[in-house]
Amino acid sequence: MIKLQNIKKSFGERTVLHDISAEFLPGKCNLIIGTSGSGKTVLMKLLVGLFTPDSGQILYHGDDMVQMSREERKELRQQIGMLFQGSALFDSMTVEQNVMFPLDMFTKDSYATKLKRVNEVLDRVNLKDTNKKYPAEISGGMKKRVGIARAIVLNPQYLFCDEPNSGLDPQTSMVIDKLIKDLTVEFNTTTIINTHDMNSVMEIGDNILYMYQGYKQWTGTKEDIIFSTDEKLNSFIFASEFLQDAKNMRMLEMTGKYPGQTPPTNA
Amino acid sequence: MPLFEHLGSYIITMKGMFARPENEKMYWKEFMHQCVEIGIGSLPIVLIISMFLGMVMTVQTAYQLVANFIPLSTIAVVVRDSMLLELSPTVICVVLAGVVGSKIASELGNMRISEQIDALEIMGINTKTYLILPKVLASLIVVPMLITLSIVISLWGGRFVGEAAGIINSTIFDEGLLRDFNPFNVTVAMVKAVTFALLISSISAYFGYNVKGGALEIGRSSTLAVVVSCILILLADYVITLILLNP
Repeated sequence: MIKLQNIKKSFGERTVLHDISAEFLPGKCNLIIGTSGSGKTVLMKLLVGLFTPDSGQILYHGDDMVQMSREERKELRQQIGMLFQGSALFDSMTVEQNVMFPLDMFTKDSYATKLKRVNEVLDRVNLKDTNKKYPAEISGGMKKRVGIARAIVLNPQYLFCDEPNSGLDPQTSMVIDKLIKDLTVEFNTTTIINTHDMNSVMEIGDNILYMYQGYKQWTGTKEDIIFSTDEKLNSFIFASEFLQDAKNMRMLEMTGKYPGQTPPTNA
Repeated sequence: MPLFEHLGSYIITMKGMFARPENEKMYWKEFMHQCVEIGIGSLPIVLIISMFLGMVMTVQTAYQLVANFIPLSTIAVVVRDSMLLELSPTVICVVLAGVVGSKIASELGNMRISEQIDALEIMGINTKTYLILPKVLASLIVVPMLITLSIVISLWGGRFVGEAAGIINSTIFDEGLLRDFNPFNVTVAMVKAVTFALLISSISAYFGYNVKGGALEIGRSSTLAVVVSCILILLADYVITLILLNP
């Protein structure tokens, strides 16, 4: 489990995160959502240690990452896998070399053992016959899956996904979402996903943190969103008429009531 | 960014290179890869430029030495010392700043923009050590080798054109090459080569590693890396010459 306590972060005069506290649970897809500039990317970079908070604690199983020594942080980072928005695959390496890279760097296994593991994870993300291809030779969806394969090859306890569906068509996005969800449940990883994709929110959002202008605006599950009365959240999630209709239909399915009626107590 | 901010940031980046490698084998592999990239990658241009430098120097020196009382072998002496002390180390390193420096800056800049450096960082790898140190060490090893080769090729080019153009006989040229030879000049050439190699690799790596923005900034940082490297090479050339050859 990852716990944030009173995190603050500023860049110069501008405060980007104001007193954020949150919990991210193992075996769940924890989503950070919000409009552009709401601070979710900064929050994710703080979580993985690319930025340091001005104050507050980032607790990994009770250990504060901010207070860790360089070596301790290095060890922790080997428990972290991350899927980047642009996949961040190494251009000069083949798919196989990309996925094998963390194994080469951090294990002393034989080449045969490493290759077996690489093929296992590539198989797990439904990629076949791509081992010898370079990132430039595969599609965006395949790159994301290679990115996921590389992120999970060392069996991380924590999986971070920054905009996993950006630039993908809706069908491929659903495949990626399902893959992330399955891996999270299968390996009981604490998965944190930074997304704009409302479909992802409604499909895999076990634990959602909505950010607004650097503040924690709302937390809950995908079911809670349907009944939420938070205006900012509603105008962000159900921005279009189509999505508003979809919300109303979902509410009707779940409660047999039309919107506007009294929401359940957990909203 | 003001000059002193750049200087401070450069020192911090270079200091960050010195950390214990996560896996020596992977670092060695990267070092060898960089040796090949920098050495073999620049070999054709170094050979071509060196040969023409030697050829032009011979013809030009012969043109300027018109007095009959000056022995012909003096042409070889002038060509040898010019190539050894100045032309090979400086001109070739200015060219290498363009070839190798821009490649290092754009490679690291692209890695930064496409989040590949962040990906390495999150894996727990010290990116300065893994990405910059092998490039700097490879340059320190390979550039002096390229300069040595350049000196040899330029002298060979001068000897060849002297004979072919009927300016100076090969035997006399060889005599001139050995006349009053001061081995300290080789030391000067190597001091210059090592210094320039450090400047080219570290400055280019600094500009590439710290790129912020997009594709346009990669181009800008690459150009800036070459320009700053060239200026500092010329400045260092002057300082080294002043220290080592001041009579």
